[in-house]
Amino acid sequence: MNYKYASPKNFYPLAGHLIPWLAGATAVFLLIGLYLGLFVAPPDYQQGESYRIMFVHVPSAWMSLFVYVVMAGAAGVGLVWNIKLAEMLASACAPIGASFTLLALVSGSLWGKPMWGAWWVWDARLTSELILLFLYLGFMALQASIDDPRRQARASAVLALVGVINIPIIHFSVQWWNTLHQAASVSKIGAPSIHPSMLTPLLLMALAFQLYFFTVVLLRMRNTILLRERHAAWVKEIVQAKS
Amino acid sequence: MNWADLLAMGGYGFYVWSAYAFAALILAVNVVLPLQQKKSLLKILREFLRSKHRA
Repeated sequence: MNYKYASPKNFYPLAGHLIPWLAGATAVFLLIGLYLGLFVAPPDYQQGESYRIMFVHVPSAWMSLFVYVVMAGAAGVGLVWNIKLAEMLASACAPIGASFTLLALVSGSLWGKPMWGAWWVWDARLTSELILLFLYLGFMALQASIDDPRRQARASAVLALVGVINIPIIHFSVQWWNTLHQAASVSKIGAPSIHPSMLTPLLLMALAFQLYFFTVVLLRMRNTILLRERHAAWVKEIVQAKS
Repeated sequence: MNWADLLAMGGYGFYVWSAYAFAALILAVNVVLPLQQKKSLLKILREFLRSKHRA
């Protein structure tokens, strides 16, 4: 473990080097995933072609949970050890996580209408995912309402950590309650009940979304570093070099 | 699958392509926003430094 990179000064150029590689890898996996998902995978025997919404719906829903765990974990690390970079990671996660949650809800709605006959139902999976969106938005609103960066980080970290309780609720909602939303097909005990011709593009899209998240979270963190470290000599050099 | 079939998506074209279009929008926005933010941030910081030099 190299703690050197926990300092914004060293992290900034490291992130700058990583971004083009992550963006390139995202594009490659996204293109292969889309090709296999739209052209190669066969139609579903029950849902026909409509199931292809899954290839954006499921990865965005997985990411909405993953990003929240990263955000709450980083906020917790910032709270306990006062690590600035962890606080910056937490703030950078929030808008990205909120976007993934919104995408999961909208794509789910577009899938629900033709399959269930309704854009929206108040079942446990949909409701808990909507609460996740409100947690992200609440986190962002709380951060926007406090000017002092340290107090901002502390207050929002508490909110993020309390909200973690919603994550297992979302995941297990389809088992604990009788939901209209279907149960898990991939992450269940034993073999996934989904054919490899559909599972492969799904996992490739999930990988692409994951790499995309790392790309855009680094973009946002670099901006936050520039802003919060604006008094440091190395930031002044960067700012003046660009003029 | 030919192009017309791909567009029709077995009658679910509106739902499938709306979902993919929204996904594309979300993915694009999260790249464009931080890039724009960086541009304006550098501009503000440049002016901030210049005003400090003058003072």
